Amino acid sequence: MADVLPREVLICTIARLLDGVRHVAVGASSPIPAAGAMLLRAMKEAGGTVGPRISILGSVEHNFFTNGSAELFDCAGQGRIDAFFLGGGQIDGFGNVNLVGTGGYPSSNVRWPGSFGSAYLYFVVPRVILFREEHTPRVFVEKVDFISAPGVSPEGVFRSGGPVALLTGKGLFRFDKTRPGFELESVHPGHDLAEIKQATGFQFAHDAEPRQTALPDRSTLDLLRGRVFDELAETYPEFAAQMRRELVAVDA
Amino acid sequence: MVLSEPRAMAKHIEPGMRVALPVDYAGVSMAMTRPIIEHGAGNLDLVCVPTGGMQVDQLIGAGLVRTVETSAVSLGEAGGAPRFNAAVKEGAVRLKDATCPAIHAGLIAAQKGSPFMPLRGLIGTDLLRHRDDWRVVDNPLADGGDPIVLIPAIKPDVTIFHVPMADRFGNVWIGRRRELAAMAYASRTVLVTVERIVEENLLADEMSAAGVLPALYVTEVARAPKGAWPYGLWGEYPADSAEIARYAKAARTADGFSAYMAQAQMEPA
Repeated sequence: MADVLPREVLICTIARLLDGVRHVAVGASSPIPAAGAMLLRAMKEAGGTVGPRISILGSVEHNFFTNGSAELFDCAGQGRIDAFFLGGGQIDGFGNVNLVGTGGYPSSNVRWPGSFGSAYLYFVVPRVILFREEHTPRVFVEKVDFISAPGVSPEGVFRSGGPVALLTGKGLFRFDKTRPGFELESVHPGHDLAEIKQATGFQFAHDAEPRQTALPDRSTLDLLRGRVFDELAETYPEFAAQMRRELVAVDA
Repeated sequence: MVLSEPRAMAKHIEPGMRVALPVDYAGVSMAMTRPIIEHGAGNLDLVCVPTGGMQVDQLIGAGLVRTVETSAVSLGEAGGAPRFNAAVKEGAVRLKDATCPAIHAGLIAAQKGSPFMPLRGLIGTDLLRHRDDWRVVDNPLADGGDPIVLIPAIKPDVTIFHVPMADRFGNVWIGRRRELAAMAYASRTVLVTVERIVEENLLADEMSAAGVLPALYVTEVARAPKGAWPYGLWGEYPADSAEIARYAKAARTADGFSAYMAQAQMEPA
């Protein structure tokens, strides 16, 4: 089998994490989550079933809303969005997400754009996947400086959604809301447990010898490199072109 | 209808007013940005619906802004909003950090003439902790408990946006960008720039009427071709990402920002 690119591993892992969803929403500049959702749709359709509906925020092509930018949130509040992705300048071991900044508030030393819809969607979308490629101690901290959206809520607070997994450039974690905390599920090819411990600012559960993240089979890769990159190019032309350039380089 | 022009419309803005502006892709009236800055009314309280970009960054850079109520401010793929970030660091603007559906909820409350709108989520966030205008109450319709956040009505003095067309009766075509209607319903004054003015009454045909904001809610309209540039306008033209990136780079410093804004600059021919 041809080499699998690290980002192809991420895309295929996202497709697996999304299995079973009816409707997934993807942020405006999130080509990897979008590719994962498109791959799942392609796999389902290749298997003769119906794939998920995919909403890409800010995209004209993938926008079937007619009630302005409020409709996505209304749709989530009605329970019609099953999965969503959140990044974060900081993510801590309790699943708290910080999209606002570091070093004080309101006069933050480093200011990020802001919380966007996270303070709502994290509460009402059942399967939120935390996704951040950069896996460093400055991103994965013991405690976030500002809570844009909390990983868990106290008993009695309405909460139909929340994090289920954290996917990074080095590995995949599951979120256990009863502890609460993360457990390392698998390590991507080329990385190991010691390296992940070094790069993670919070404690997490793990096996003594965690398994490797599953690699895609030939038919999945063919779908990804064909139909999915074609579809992706409509919304994320630069990302699709870059993936194709990297594949050519691998083959050469 | 009063057919106006951008400079004249900017005169509606008075110091200390609350001004609502739409998200990048909904129809930003960039054609109004320089006239607003030239007019110079300051101490503005901006409401970004639900996030802000280049226009918000430029009004902050020009020193006209007192408060920013927003779910985010950024230049999208061009990165952070440089004048916003600098103003936050210096404490030069007051922040009312929100989340997208809270901004929509506040406008919808105003649209209905209600004092507030309840919203799920938010409990346990630092957003809520820093918002003394938001309240948590127990759901009065439940048997007990069930805390929920009340978002007060957002009633802007002025709403400003850009859309493809208006008719000569002052009806404005907003298509499916319904948040523009919510902003207009909630505001006292609504200033709209358009690509073109059409002869026929947009309310005469049911197909177009469904996407119309009636003249009832519109204060003044001005023609401004390519008026969203360098942002794009739905159904009309894409964003000019090279120009947005050029701004992002220039505005990293106050001097660079001033130099960029001093250019007598309109959309490329």
